[in-house]
Amino acid sequence: MNPTGDIAVQQRNLILFSTGVMLLIIVPVLALTIWFAWKYRRSNPNKTYDPNFDHSTTLELVIWTCPLLIIIALSAVTWTSTHLLDPFRPLERIAPGKPVPAGTRPLEVQAIGMDWKWLFIYPELGIATVNELALPVDQPVHFSITSTDQFNTFFAPTLAGMIYAMPTMKSELHAVLNKAGDSWGYSGNYTGAGYSDMRFKLRGVDKAGFEKWVAEARASGKALDTATYLTLAKPSAKVPVMRFSAPMPGLFDKIVNQCVAPGTPCMVDVMRSDRMRAAGKPHDPDHGPAKAPAAHTPPTGTHPDAPKHPGMSALAPFRMPGAARVAQA
Amino acid sequence: MTDHAIDPQAAPVWHLTEEEEHHEPSGGSPTVLGFWIYLMSDALIFASLFAMFGVVASAYAGGPVPREIFDLKLVAINTGLLLASSITFGEAMPHMEAGRVGPVRFWLALTGLLGAGFVAIELYEFSHLIAENAGPDRSAFLSAFFTLVGTHGAHVTIGLVWIVTMLIQLGQHGLNPATRRRLICLSMFWHFLDIIWIGVFTFVYLYGVIR
Amino acid sequence: MTDHLLKTVFGRLSLESLPFLHEPILLGTFIVVALLGLGLLGVVTRYKLWGYLWNEWFTSVDHKKIGIMYIILAIVMLLRGFSDALMMRAQQAIAFGSNPGYLPPEHYDQIFTAHGTIMIFFVAIPLVVGIVNFVMPLQIGARDVAFPFLNNLSFWLTAAGALLTMVSLFVGEFARTGWLSYAPLAGLQYSPDTGVDYYLWSLQIAGVGTTLSAINMVATVIKMRAPGMTMMKMPVFTWTAFCSNILAIAIFPALTAAFFLLMLDRYAGTHFFTNELGGAPMMYWNMVWIWGHPEVYVLVLPAFGIYSEITSTFTGKKLFGYSSMVYATVVITILSYLVWLHHFFTMGAGPTVNSFFGIATMVISIPTGAKIFNWLFTMYRGNIRFELPMMWVVAFMLTFTVGGMTGVLLAIPPADFVLHNSLFLVAHFHNTIIGGVVFGLFAAMVYWFPKAFGFKLDEFWGKVAFWGWVAGYWIAWTPIYIVGLMGTTRRVNHFDDPSFQPYFIIAAIGAVIILIGILGFVMSILVGWLKRDQLKDASGDPWDGRTLEWSTSSPPPAYNFAFTPVIHDLDAWYDMKSRGYHRPTTGFRAIHMPRNTGAGFILSALALVMGFAMVWYIWWLAALSFAGLFAVAVGHTFNFKRDYYIPAEEVAATEDKRTMQLAQGA
Repeated sequence: MNPTGDIAVQQRNLILFSTGVMLLIIVPVLALTIWFAWKYRRSNPNKTYDPNFDHSTTLELVIWTCPLLIIIALSAVTWTSTHLLDPFRPLERIAPGKPVPAGTRPLEVQAIGMDWKWLFIYPELGIATVNELALPVDQPVHFSITSTDQFNTFFAPTLAGMIYAMPTMKSELHAVLNKAGDSWGYSGNYTGAGYSDMRFKLRGVDKAGFEKWVAEARASGKALDTATYLTLAKPSAKVPVMRFSAPMPGLFDKIVNQCVAPGTPCMVDVMRSDRMRAAGKPHDPDHGPAKAPAAHTPPTGTHPDAPKHPGMSALAPFRMPGAARVAQA
Repeated sequence: MTDHAIDPQAAPVWHLTEEEEHHEPSGGSPTVLGFWIYLMSDALIFASLFAMFGVVASAYAGGPVPREIFDLKLVAINTGLLLASSITFGEAMPHMEAGRVGPVRFWLALTGLLGAGFVAIELYEFSHLIAENAGPDRSAFLSAFFTLVGTHGAHVTIGLVWIVTMLIQLGQHGLNPATRRRLICLSMFWHFLDIIWIGVFTFVYLYGVIR
Repeated sequence: MTDHLLKTVFGRLSLESLPFLHEPILLGTFIVVALLGLGLLGVVTRYKLWGYLWNEWFTSVDHKKIGIMYIILAIVMLLRGFSDALMMRAQQAIAFGSNPGYLPPEHYDQIFTAHGTIMIFFVAIPLVVGIVNFVMPLQIGARDVAFPFLNNLSFWLTAAGALLTMVSLFVGEFARTGWLSYAPLAGLQYSPDTGVDYYLWSLQIAGVGTTLSAINMVATVIKMRAPGMTMMKMPVFTWTAFCSNILAIAIFPALTAAFFLLMLDRYAGTHFFTNELGGAPMMYWNMVWIWGHPEVYVLVLPAFGIYSEITSTFTGKKLFGYSSMVYATVVITILSYLVWLHHFFTMGAGPTVNSFFGIATMVISIPTGAKIFNWLFTMYRGNIRFELPMMWVVAFMLTFTVGGMTGVLLAIPPADFVLHNSLFLVAHFHNTIIGGVVFGLFAAMVYWFPKAFGFKLDEFWGKVAFWGWVAGYWIAWTPIYIVGLMGTTRRVNHFDDPSFQPYFIIAAIGAVIILIGILGFVMSILVGWLKRDQLKDASGDPWDGRTLEWSTSSPPPAYNFAFTPVIHDLDAWYDMKSRGYHRPTTGFRAIHMPRNTGAGFILSALALVMGFAMVWYIWWLAALSFAGLFAVAVGHTFNFKRDYYIPAEEVAATEDKRTMQLAQGA
């Protein structure tokens, strides 16, 4: 509730506004409950007792209409705000009344939830950090978010709320920080023993400070290569801030495709070859003959070019109608 | 529920003096209704398994794809067996209505044989796939395939046990209200499995091969 | 060689699996539980109660006794679940800065998982099922449920599930994955221990029981209503129980399937919810929430019915807007199926999908709001007796309304981006479940207790229970709402920001006050029992009730009604009383009743053994108990002697006793 980013400010205002709208009906209900309970208590002689008062069309109309109107109002707010604050939607403004200057390219940041720390890669700046996210003030940022093996949420309450970080999937978030200063970010989804300490320092810095920070990270001289990454990816808790220069290129995509470790096939390739074989086209025109990629389990002996299995002859698709007729008989 | 005329102006009747049978209120046995509700919940389990299959239907993970492993001829024979068993069960029911226990047992036994054939072929198919290294642990697609088809097969197996049980009980007691009620439930169960199989056949086998 | 033999016989069970041998906290707990257990067994043996318990309770197919057993099970499990809550509150109150608290993560994580699992599956569900079981057949003028044996089996399956969860306290460990055990965390790769297996087998066994019970209740409402009771003359509680059970039948299969697939992942090496080889963990989230959100309504709808009955009784009025109440219930039943995605707006489903599910969620608050107004206008122009049940109703209306409001707030996706998985969310669902469900269940227990046992609960201790719960609730959860708004996430065992500590200390104090409430309730039963002669309910109608259950004696005879009642109006008993009904004293006939059976108990015991064996990979025992399960199930179908007649003389004797009792009371 102490936002320093424009998105978080809008989210807070939305919460306050909707609470206000709902209080329009909640307060009268609470007041009526107390009033009726007091007024119609048995010991009160000055009351009307009407044991058969069990229906009134007017009242029924009112009690269905009032909540309905509130919900219609809130639904309208929901629809517009959900579209306006969709994390995938590029920003239009930096702050109220301050549109994003034409031609501004958002800063690219890749956030990766690991057991149990956050890895941030700044691909355009050639640096990477662990458990520290520095952002220049008033600069739109585009996050690409994933996770190595658990469902985490990337949660920066002062910046823009949270969005899931999921293995093999990529989430996105557009946000901007408006004030310099430090705050904390977390994972908002429980992932096991080290979860409680899985947090990162969110540092809002001015432009000069950011350049200095980037230079410091570059100067750290530690490269984030495959071996370093694989060590880092092992479960560990309460990890101190780390800075790397030169993260290996394409690391984020490899993490999404679960193929950082040498020799593991990338999911996207496996799926392409799968699609080809499933469609009965074992040869991928762009990539030469498709191979069943070596996966974690031993090869299956079901190479598409291999002869049909004895006794289990697969039917070619054009035979299908005949097969269906047998079934209907 | 009964045809007592209820007129609030007249001296009201406050209770029944003639009781109906406790277990057979008018409007049919609660057992048949309850069993039908159970089948609906079972259908939802299958719906969940179908949904799961739908989500991972093309998650082959580099493993075999449907056209490589599905033998539609075999599946067609299997489908034929199961559909035929539904017909033979259908033959048994009019005999039950007419109270002829002998023909009921004959058609029931025939249904059981056809069902056993179905299960045997399915087991053959499964063992063959596993031997081909296309077992349920190979890919999400195969996991879902084995689970969906196998859950159906397990239901058919339970149906077979039930058929055997009914054959014995019909021998012991003949047709009485209890065995009739059970036959009606078993009949619903058996036809339900047929319907599920049509879904399996269409969405798993046919759709898997043609897409 | 011996190693191999041990593995074959005991699976992965070994002395190492008994953590209480080397953990002092657990050892203390174990000693207390063992002493209590031995004491209880001793008392039962000393007073030769085994035969009585077995014949009159364990094998009983009487819906009233099964209902009471459900409630006892739930209260026992409430004590367990609440001690978990106290431990969590204590940990969060002290674990700040350099103080790590007294619970290491592996212990803390088990505790919050066990707390959630137990409170929903083994407290809330059995309490609701128990009260529905006890009250609903009486309200519709039936002598039992549609399937009495199935009812007994359902109870024992639930009890077996609960027991298996309790076993995990001392043998091995419970899951550390949160109360829904999300994949992929709950997969074998990340949770290789027995915890998730305990979780899955407990809930699968109990889940079968719950599903069967729901089928039973729905068939009962449809088929067993007394003549004249059309659907629109059913008491509101029966309506809500009916809708709740229909909903349960519609949702439990999704949970069963999700758990089944996760079991296959863990036992058969399949890849449904793994990250590798094409698994789709997100599908697990969808399936559990297709169950999970409607489940809240499975619990709260009967509570709404309870509030309706109590409000009507204690205001001395017909319920305001009966038909709009019924329609609201039906609408909630249907809508609750269409909102599950709001549990993961933040997965990025896109604004249109999110808006749809958000708005669908809010729409539920319309019928719910209408219900609140209906209770309000039932109080309007009433003559309200503020006895304990009515006090719970007013506390509910004041508390639940706030929970409803925070719920609508969470249904707005951009607001949920801030509040999802925060302590605000945790406070919200405790607000609705305590304020909505638990208050209702306590109200129900106070209200129907005299019907079940023939005497009222002690009022002083009842008030202690009431104020403990209500004040404790607000003191415990207001600070949690606040820290949640400030961005604190759930399931955290340690905090760095010391400014939050006062909030957590206040919350811990609130939890202790709730404890006083719980103990007060237990005391109200004990003191009530001691003073049972003063608190006796001879009339069978201690509150001037309006529905059929009050027309019979307290406690009701095994057959409930000597003659099946004929219904002319809503509030049937009020109608009978106001139009000069006279209880028949002659002309009794033999009554056809179902016979007790031990099959349900045996089947559930075998299911328990099978679950335990599967958890520990003791394959021979699992196979053996599975075969036993099958054999007993099939064998039971060969038992055709399932009913008997209560002779007319016995009915006459029971009814004559009641005639005398009524004459003395008058």
